[in-house]
Parts: sequence; C-alpha cells; structure tokens
Amino acid sequence: MTARHTLSTRQLSAGYGDTSILNGIDITIPTGQITSIIGANACGKSTLLRTMSRLLTPHQGQVLLDGRSIHKMATKDLAQLLGLLPQSPIAPEGITVGDLVSRGRHPYHKLFSQWSSTDDVAITSALKATNTAELIDRDVDELSGGQRQRVWIAMALAQETDILLLDEPTTYLDVAHQIEILDLMVELNQDRGTTIILVLHDLNLAARYSDHLIAMKSGRVFDQGSPQHVMTEPTVHSVFGLNNKVISDPISKTPMVLPIGRYKQA
Amino acid sequence: MTTAINPIEQRLKQARKQRAWRWYRVVGFLLILVIALLLLTLSVGQSITPLSEVVAVILGEQVPGASFVVGQLRLPRVLVALLVGTSFGLAGAAFQIMLRNPLASPDIIGVSSGASAAAVFAIIMLNMSGGSVAVFSIFAGLMVTLTVFGLSFKHGSAGTRLILVGIGMAAMLESVIAYLLSQAQSWDLQEAMRWLTGSVNSAQLTQVPLLCISVAVFGSLLLSRSKDLEVLRTGDETAQALGVRVNQTRLVVMLSAVGLIAVGVATTGPIAFVAFLSGPIAVRLISNTGSALLPAGLIGACLVMGGDYIGQFLLPNRYPVGVVTGALGAPYLIYLMIRTNRKGGSL
Amino acid sequence: MKFLCTYFSANRFPPMMLIGCSAVLLIIMCTLSISIGTRVVAWQDIINGLMGSVATMEEASVAMRLPRTLLALLAGSALGISGAIMQSVTRNPLADPGLLGVNIGASFFVVIGLVWFGLSQMSHYVWLAIFGAATTALFVHVISAIGHDGATPLKFALAGAATSIAISSFIMAVVLPRNDIAGSVQSWQIGGVGGATYGSITLILPFLLIGGLLSLTVARKLNTIALGDDVAMGLGESVTRIRIHAWLAAVLLAGATTAACGPIGFVGLVVPHLCRLLVGIDNRWLMTLSALCGANLLLAADVLGRILARPSELSVGIVTAFIGAPFFIWIVRRQKVKAL
Repeated sequence: MTARHTLSTRQLSAGYGDTSILNGIDITIPTGQITSIIGANACGKSTLLRTMSRLLTPHQGQVLLDGRSIHKMATKDLAQLLGLLPQSPIAPEGITVGDLVSRGRHPYHKLFSQWSSTDDVAITSALKATNTAELIDRDVDELSGGQRQRVWIAMALAQETDILLLDEPTTYLDVAHQIEILDLMVELNQDRGTTIILVLHDLNLAARYSDHLIAMKSGRVFDQGSPQHVMTEPTVHSVFGLNNKVISDPISKTPMVLPIGRYKQA
Repeated sequence: MTTAINPIEQRLKQARKQRAWRWYRVVGFLLILVIALLLLTLSVGQSITPLSEVVAVILGEQVPGASFVVGQLRLPRVLVALLVGTSFGLAGAAFQIMLRNPLASPDIIGVSSGASAAAVFAIIMLNMSGGSVAVFSIFAGLMVTLTVFGLSFKHGSAGTRLILVGIGMAAMLESVIAYLLSQAQSWDLQEAMRWLTGSVNSAQLTQVPLLCISVAVFGSLLLSRSKDLEVLRTGDETAQALGVRVNQTRLVVMLSAVGLIAVGVATTGPIAFVAFLSGPIAVRLISNTGSALLPAGLIGACLVMGGDYIGQFLLPNRYPVGVVTGALGAPYLIYLMIRTNRKGGSL
Repeated sequence: MKFLCTYFSANRFPPMMLIGCSAVLLIIMCTLSISIGTRVVAWQDIINGLMGSVATMEEASVAMRLPRTLLALLAGSALGISGAIMQSVTRNPLADPGLLGVNIGASFFVVIGLVWFGLSQMSHYVWLAIFGAATTALFVHVISAIGHDGATPLKFALAGAATSIAISSFIMAVVLPRNDIAGSVQSWQIGGVGGATYGSITLILPFLLIGGLLSLTVARKLNTIALGDDVAMGLGESVTRIRIHAWLAAVLLAGATTAACGPIGFVGLVVPHLCRLLVGIDNRWLMTLSALCGANLLLAADVLGRILARPSELSVGIVTAFIGAPFFIWIVRRQKVKAL
C-alpha cells in the first residue's frame, strides 16, 4: 500500500472558547513519512494535532486533506482516511482485546451491515502488526501499560487509514516500552506506507525516529524540516528557553540535545 | 488465496459468534420473562382467571366476570407497566452509556425532576389531565435537558460537568415540586406523594396509544444509534476519530431519551430507580456482547411489572410500584457506587 | 502570625472591614425581618413589640416575628460555618450540607422516629436529626472516598445525590401506609423558619454553641489540611484527628439546624464560596465571615419569601434553592474539567 493522501493546514487558527491557541499555522505534512510535533508545554502541539484530526473546529483557516477541508467531509469518510489515537482513550469495562480492536472497523459499517471477511483481514493484520494477536481473548483491563498502548494502536490500525495521528503515545510508558512503540511506528511507516504524525515530549527520540520535525512556539510554527535542520542549538534555545549543546547521537547519527543547567558543568 | 483460513481470523469470527449468541440468549430469556410476567399479572390476582379466559378477553370476546377483571382492571395496568418500564429502561441505559457513568441516569441528573415538576405544575396549577400533561412534561423535560446540555457546554462538552450541572438543576426542580405540593389544597397530599413515587394505579387503556407511539418512535431512534453509542464508550475523542458525530449523536440520544422519560413520567410519575437500575443489570447480563439498550428496555419492563405485582399482592400493605423499585434500587445503588469507585471504572 | 494574616488576605479587603460591614448588614436584615411580613406594621408597633407588648395585632405579629428572626439568624450562621468546614475538610468547592445528604439524613431519622417509635417531642427530634446527619455525612464521605483518586467533587456530588434519592424513597416507603402522619412529614421535606418558637430555639441552642466552639478551635488546623494530607502530616498535624473534630462541628451545626428548620440547602454552599472570594482562604476569617453572611443570606431569603408570595409566604428552603442552584452551576462551570 502506498500513501496517496496529503494533509496540510492553511492559515489555521484554533483554540478553546474564545481564546486562540494556534495562530496562522501553515504546514504540509510530508506524505509517507513520520512527522513529530515538538515544543514546550502549552505551545499548542496537542491543539494542532486535535484540530488536524477534527476534534477541534478551527476559528479561522482550514485543515485540508488532498485539498478538501476535513471539517466539511462526512465523518465516516474522513475516518477511513485519517486515524487518531487520543491521549487517554477509555477501555469499556471487561472488554476483550479482540472486541476492542474490532471497533476500529466502525467507519466501514452502516446501521444494518454485517461483518465481512475484509473486516477480519484488517483486524488480523492490525493485531499481527502490533504483536497483540496472542492477547486476543484477554481483558483489556488486565494488560500492562505497554500492551494496552499497543492494543489501542491496533484499533487505530484496524481503521486502515493512510494517515495516523498519535497524541503523546509514549507518555506513561517506561523507556523500553517507549522504544517498542516508536519501533512499531517505523514498521507501520515502512510496511504500510502510513503517514504518521506524533506529538512527542522526548526531543532525542523525536529526532531519532522522525523524518520531519515541526517545532512550535506560542501557537506558531517556529521552524520545520529534517531533524538535522530543526534540532540546532539556537532553535532549541529559542523554543524551550534552554541552554543546550547538540551532538550527534552515537547510535543513530541524528542530532541529540544535551540540556545545560546552571550547575553540574564540568 | 490460501486454502486454510488464518487462525486469528477464525478466532475473531468464533469470538464474535459467541458474543452474538450470548446476546441473543439474554434477549430471548428477557422476552420470555416479560411474557411470563404479563400472563401472570393477567391471570393471577385477587382471583385466578384461567389463561384460556384471559386469551378470550384479549381477543375481544365477552366472558362474564373475566371481561371486567382482566379487560378493565388488569390489562390497562399491565400494559402501562410494560410500556413505561421499557421507556425508563431504554432511556436510562442510553444516558448511562452516553455519559459513561452508571450514576448518570435521568433520575439523578434532573431529567425526571424536570418532567415531574412540569407534570405537577400542569396538574395542580393548570388543572390539566391526560395527554396535555404529557405534552407539557415532554416540553419541560426537553427544556431542562437542553439547558443542562447548554450550561455544561464550555470548551466542548464534558460528561462530568454535565452530570454536576444536572445535579444542581435537579436540586432546584425538587424544590419547585415541594413548593407546588405545599400549595396543593385540592389535591390530596397522600395522592401527590403516591404519584411522585410512581404508581400504575390509575392506568387506563386510553393512555396506552401515546405510550406505544413514544416507545416506537423514540425507542427506534435510540436503537438506530446503538452502534455509535457502543463506540462512544471508548471515549469522545476515540469515537470522533472513528467517524462518530459525537455532538449530533448525543443530541439525538438525549432528545429521544427525554421523550421516553417524559411520556412515562406524565403517565405514572417517576417510578424510582427503574431508569437507573436497568442499564447496569443489562450490562451485567450481556457483559460486552453487544448493545445494552434493548436488554435494558426489557429489564425495565420486568422491573415495573414485577414491582407492581409485588407491591399489590405480595406485601402486607399495598404499595405503589415506586416504593418496591425504590427499596430494591437503593441498596443496589449504594453497592454500585462502592464498586464503581473502587474500580474507578465506568458502566 | 501577623505576616501570615496579611499574606492570606493579600490583595483582598481587610477582614475586619468586611466583618464590620456584614455585622451592620445583619442589623439591617434583622430589622427588615421583624418589620416586613403579611401584616404591615409601624415603627411604634415594632418598638412596642420588642418591648414585649402584644396589645394590638401589629405588636403581636412583631412578637411572632422575633423568634423567627432569631432562628433564621442562628440557622444561617450555623449553615454558613458548617459549609465552610465541609469545603475545607474535603477540599471540595461543591461541598454543602444539603448536597452531601446531611439534611435528608436528618429528616429520615426524624421520620423513622416519628413513624416507628412514636417519638414526637422536639427534644427527640434534635437528637434524631443530629444522629441522622452524622450517619449520612459519614456514609456519603466514606462512599465517595473509596477508590484511588479519593473523593473528587464529582464523586462527592454523585454519592450525595444518589444517597438523597435512596433515602427519599425509603421515607416514601415508610410514610405512605400512614395517612395520619403524612402532613407532619411534609414539613420535613421543605425547610422553613416560619414555625419557630423560643422553645425550639432553646432546644437546639446548646448544640449550636458546642458546634460553634468546636469550629472555632479547629479553624486554624484546617488551614494546614488545605495544603493536602501529606503536607499537613509533614507539618506535624494528625490529619485524622482534625478531620473527626471538624466533621463533628459541621454535623452538630447542620443537624441541629435541620432539627429546627427542616432541610435548607445551598446556604452552606453559596456563603463560604463567596466569602472565600472576599476574605481569602484563612479559615479563621472565613468562618467568621461565613457565619455573618450565612445569617444575612437566610434572613434575606426569608424576607424575600414573605414579600414574593404575599399574602402567603414561600418557605425559605425554596428561596435558597433558587438562589443556590444557579450558583452551584456557576461554580461547576468555573472549574476545569480535570478538577472535577
């Protein structure tokens, strides 16, 4: 499967109530790549992701999918093209993994439609891709944090969208599970050609795993481009207000930020 | 393609079949229970009428004695109980599933209070009766619900805020009811309290058509949204990502549920805890095998019919059905609160 | 300590000034409460009535309004303090004796005593009401505190509302078979100060005094609890002991009030909340001001009920619900979703 759909924003302003958090965002998400949105707390990363996935209606401007405004598309049509994993989804009590992942097929179902083998194939491949097939009969409540996150990703995969947005998918996970989830993102990107957009807190992981970075500051795009282009000492200093040194990550040869505080300098 | 079906796909199909099978079994069992209660109520009361005579009366034949007891006394009562119970059960479960909280039933968040206040006002102050009371209380129930919905809408609607605003609204409406009752000289206080507890004592066949229409229209509207409601259980954001129009679904569900509640309340008064109890019981029985709506409606019907039967014949005093369901519901409510809080989970 | 006082009331009005203003307002309210009613009275009648003369109808109605005013004053202060304590102890902006089911719990025990044990003396009511209030408060508190996130405002409000509904249906079940007492039970459903007598005031006065003393002594300790249980423990306080002490005070005040007036909701919610905006979070000032403002609010609501529904009157419980419920909704809207 190759990615064909392109997501972009035009003069996008959005926020909660009357207060605007985003101010005139103009971005085009590179198709078939992994993009991470980074920035300090309350800079509008999550707001941008939520607006791009239609959870928020923009005050001004548009989010365009292949040139069409997503806020004007039929919801189920959009849900077949663009998937989202929110920060804290809710697992209904006592639901099994298989059942939960099956719910990702909702956009393809009408009121009286039956389950088809297309559904089963999609669910199976989502379970396999996330390595959760053996959990199929387990209760979601019983799973560990890493397993649960993989199950939620499986649900979003069963949706079979070309574009997948994830809001801080690694929060609350220990470092091993963080890597596991990010490796999974790379596999999805390579095997399925899925365009992936993440909000990430960890700068070094973002630089290592992304093809494209968007650095945000106070509701605007400060800079965007390849990790090598964005992750520079002046940019990190401006975006986070942090003295730092950028070196090359010995593992991945991507930029790596070392924070500099007031103490403990040799 | 491959000859052997993938084992995972097979397991998925199998699990789905098992779930569907359990769901149908539960619904079938509940249907049988409803019919059994219906027949029991029709044939066994102060006197016992043979089933053959019951059937004859229902078919419109004149049977001496039985025509009056069954046709005039028992039939209206049991039909009203059946329909009102279904309404409350459906509406209660719809609210609980939508707000992901078993405690968010119309009893608690002001919908029932709004409809009751309007009905009491119409009866006491405007001397209305029958259908006009129902219309009045539907209107008021809708107004209250829309107000609660509107007041809780800030930076998007949040379930918790909606519940709290509803509790505040309910408190205010309860005091309206208390005031209206204190003004009621003409209306016997005892009767007023009986009505407020919920009772099918004054059931008449003329009330049945309106209830039927309400259950048919609002009930099918709710059931048509059952898939969206199921997805809403995974959270508003997930549901939206899966293509559910969350606010539109909420509005449709809320309006239909309020319609069901209001027509029911205008007929029998707010029968305590039926709307609240049916959902959790249904969820227990079907345990994630499908939508809890239909089973909850059937359970509501069983609760009201069974409760009325117990209140009439099995207790030393004659109690209205609301007292029986209240006595059943209160301990369960407390148990549910403890369980929910301990798990931090939801319906 | 002086530093702390200024710190707590920084950028707000000087507490003494606020308390002075409320006290003046209270005198005005009392005068209004004595002079306004179904029957119009002249100044001379008021003075004569206060002197104890009951020669004319006007003077007699002034004399009738005296205990009523006194009860409203006491009940208002008690509910104000009780609400302030509950909000502090639970760190919950929505805590209120009415919402936590304390009022209906008191009613329930009184009804049970009336129906099953034939207790109909006012002196019995007081004990029953306090016991009922305490039991229900404890119950609601325990239920909502179960679970890992503790007693959130949402859980509190739900537990309170649910318990209230459960108790009302029990009351119905108890009362319905008894035609003879339905009327006297009715008065336990709506709170009012219309039926006040010196006798009933004398009966609840000791409870109010003890409750008041207990709250005075717990006020400062509650300031430490406001920072969280862990911090309070770190500061060397026994959190459990403070809790029990505070609940005892709150329940005595609310229970005794309910025994005399029936359930009056929302005073304990509105008053401390507004006072906190005015005077800050120091519980010593907060409770004092809440007592004065609670009395003011209840007197005002009572007078309003007499004016609005002339020639009859609205019970004060109904008026406070109409003032308080919108206020409750306003607070809910102000809170962030996560805080609920």
